[in-house]
Amino acid sequence: MSNTTLTPGIQPERLPGDHLEQNFQDLHAPLMAHEAHVAADRCYFCHDAPCMTACPTSIDIPLFIRQIMTGTPEAAAKTILEQNILGGMCARVCPTETLCEEVCVRETAEGQPVEIGRLQRYATDKLMARNSHPFVRAAETGKRVAVVGAGPAGLACAHRLAMKGHDVVMYDARPKAGGLNEFGIAAYKSTEDFAAREVAWLLGIGGITVETGKALGSGLSLEQLQSDFDAVFLGIGLAGVNALSVAGEDKGGVVDAVSFIADLRQADDLTKLPVGRNVVVIGGGMTAIDAAVQSRLLGAESVTLAYRRGLDRMGASQFEQDLAASKGVRIMTNVMPVAVHGNGAVAEVELEYTRDEDGRLVGTGETFRLAADQVFKAIGQTLQGAPEGLEITRGKIVVTGDGRTALPGVWAGGDCALGGEDLTVTAVAEGRDAAEDIHKALMG
Amino acid sequence: MADLTTTFLGITSPNPFWLASAPPTDKEYNVRRAFEAGWGGVVWKTLGSEGPPVVNVNGPRYGAIYGADRRLLGLNNIELITDRDLHRNLDEITRVKKDYPDRAVIVSIMVPCEEEAWKAILPLVEATGADGIELNFGCPHGMAERGMGSAVGQVPEYITMVAEWCKKYYSKPVIVKLTPNITDIRQPARAAFKGNADAVSLINTINSITSVNLDAMSPEPMIDGKGTHGGYCGPAVKPIAMNMCAEIARDPETYGKPISAIGGITTWRDAAEFMALGAGNVQVCTAAMTYGFKIVQEMISGLSQWMDEKGYQSTSDFIGLAVPNVTDWQYLNLNYVTKAKIDQDACISCGRCYAACEDTSHQAIDMSIDRVFTVKDEECVACNLCVNVCPVEGCIEMVELEMGALDERTGETVKPYANWTTHPNNPGAVKAVE
Repeated sequence: MSNTTLTPGIQPERLPGDHLEQNFQDLHAPLMAHEAHVAADRCYFCHDAPCMTACPTSIDIPLFIRQIMTGTPEAAAKTILEQNILGGMCARVCPTETLCEEVCVRETAEGQPVEIGRLQRYATDKLMARNSHPFVRAAETGKRVAVVGAGPAGLACAHRLAMKGHDVVMYDARPKAGGLNEFGIAAYKSTEDFAAREVAWLLGIGGITVETGKALGSGLSLEQLQSDFDAVFLGIGLAGVNALSVAGEDKGGVVDAVSFIADLRQADDLTKLPVGRNVVVIGGGMTAIDAAVQSRLLGAESVTLAYRRGLDRMGASQFEQDLAASKGVRIMTNVMPVAVHGNGAVAEVELEYTRDEDGRLVGTGETFRLAADQVFKAIGQTLQGAPEGLEITRGKIVVTGDGRTALPGVWAGGDCALGGEDLTVTAVAEGRDAAEDIHKALMG
Repeated sequence: MADLTTTFLGITSPNPFWLASAPPTDKEYNVRRAFEAGWGGVVWKTLGSEGPPVVNVNGPRYGAIYGADRRLLGLNNIELITDRDLHRNLDEITRVKKDYPDRAVIVSIMVPCEEEAWKAILPLVEATGADGIELNFGCPHGMAERGMGSAVGQVPEYITMVAEWCKKYYSKPVIVKLTPNITDIRQPARAAFKGNADAVSLINTINSITSVNLDAMSPEPMIDGKGTHGGYCGPAVKPIAMNMCAEIARDPETYGKPISAIGGITTWRDAAEFMALGAGNVQVCTAAMTYGFKIVQEMISGLSQWMDEKGYQSTSDFIGLAVPNVTDWQYLNLNYVTKAKIDQDACISCGRCYAACEDTSHQAIDMSIDRVFTVKDEECVACNLCVNVCPVEGCIEMVELEMGALDERTGETVKPYANWTTHPNNPGAVKAVE
């Protein structure tokens, strides 16, 4: 091996293969049966449980934990999947520390919540290991629905529609279904090709056809879909990436964090994936953290996450911030990029300190430079390729009720739609609820 | 520090914690280790008649039920009396008693209900130098089928008869161990004392099936596809044992007679409770079988601390203090009114009190949108269920209404003591003196 963490530039194999493999193992190891029973025993089976209220998909958490406790994890999984068909992925990626586990009464009582996320994974893993699909389709209705975007919202919508007996054709621009589950999200949260396995398992319901490599504006038009199908669901996510809009942004080595994460997720061999010696990530959300942590895990010597506001405003949860810190990521707050310097390729990022003046962010005028041979932009994604005729507000498709857009027969959900947090679990809830609404509309 | 030295039937031991006759006291090796760990005494595992010893099953002999975190709450067993040679046991008892003169060594015995059988074994036991004997009239499994154990304990006349034989052929204290597998525990206790027994010990184990193997469709513990009822013990039986102890302690015919209490004693507090209900000392088995001999250290330190805090110099200072307060339902004060009160600072908003009260009791707890739980005094009958289901100790308390205060549920004020015997709704009420 020739490269090390100190090799200048953007280089592959900074760490030996076995070291990389270890770095990208499951962030939270799955619970063993004994651990699951000990963890399940802690649940108080609360009345009208706060965890259930906090879950965007309203999973009956006390019930599924009790089902684990009594030795029926498969029944527990069914309780989960009835509400959230991507319960397996959500068990891995949900920021439980700001959702169910934050409000767990044992967090209140002891500062130590029931491990809901890991228990959910235990149950769903058990059921998925059976290699059978737990739900049965209703009699075919003869109705056809197009689902554009095979991410969490589209998958949840398609599954629910298929279960109701409708025929679904799901389109996705990428070569694989899964959306951010497959192309976003840090690798250590979805190990062993889980996203793809989950999609395959989900499609086991039947009645869903997946066509990849097709997107609105490239092979698809909304008008055509509207005329070919009885209803259309748009779960197209946020395909665009915000630019830094600073001088030097076009220099080599300045890339979108989402592309880096996608490359990493699709890499067959992590030793072939290059990363900078000095990495600067601009942004403060989950994507920024994922890019920063994974840069360190690939062997970058120094990784700095630069966020323009204070810690309290960061989109990434406390858990994610702590995770980044524990992996050696330096988090700088109240700094914003003003220029990228370098001769062809980036060599330095120039940042300016900021302060909050009555809610308005202003530069202090004091700047400094950080050595950087790779810069990841993670300052938000934007709606791209939304068809004409939809109402757009704050960069999102406006929906009313359960995902109805301004266009008749067209529903939308997930990150592309207005309302809710941009989380996998929220997308699942929106896709599911839109499907229920579509079903109602189609069946009169 | 309080002195835990306890004298029971004239037998003095450094503390009131004895190991009950059971697997932990089966042999010299265990008993020596128990004494080194601090146990005040042992009741040696039951000896049978001379000759070929009994045999045990060679498959599982215990079954269990669990609480949260697989905490063992109840244990059942189908083990019989000692399966070791009588003389080997007697030799070991002799050696152990000689080496531990300050500890109590009691020998449990179970031989057929024939005078000759008792006449034969008692001199052998007497020769060991042990401090007394305990008659095993309690084990409900195996030996009962052969006319021993609980088969004797269920017939008061037999108890009296055998106790008399023992007093005739043995000079030291005789304790009769009672079976709980009867309707009225007072009958066998009276019979024991009628036969001049010095004390009773209780409870022996309760007939039980702890679980069913749903694949094999057999009770557990399962022996080659079949199971049998076994004797149940452990924390789960403590309430049953305490009631039986109290019934004997307050029975006018046996009032003040020595009792050695057994039944789920796991901590110092369990021991103190039994002793408050009239037990002169306690015997422990399941706790030792679950955690090992070391648990006696907690029992010793806990009881000492509590006695110091209460100002008790000796165990005799508090033995039986709760007995006068064990009464019949008809004498309970029907004018005593309490209301549940939820400590909002301690509440963790699990809502279990609400679910319990709303679904199964008196709809006396209100739940606000932001999960604040409050008691509706106008509905609360003070049943205590909310206290029992609350996971936080001390979060919900029953607060007594003072004399003259208004009970919002009944619209009446709290009046002085009155019980069912004089209640107007009681057809048999004693008419008040005019």
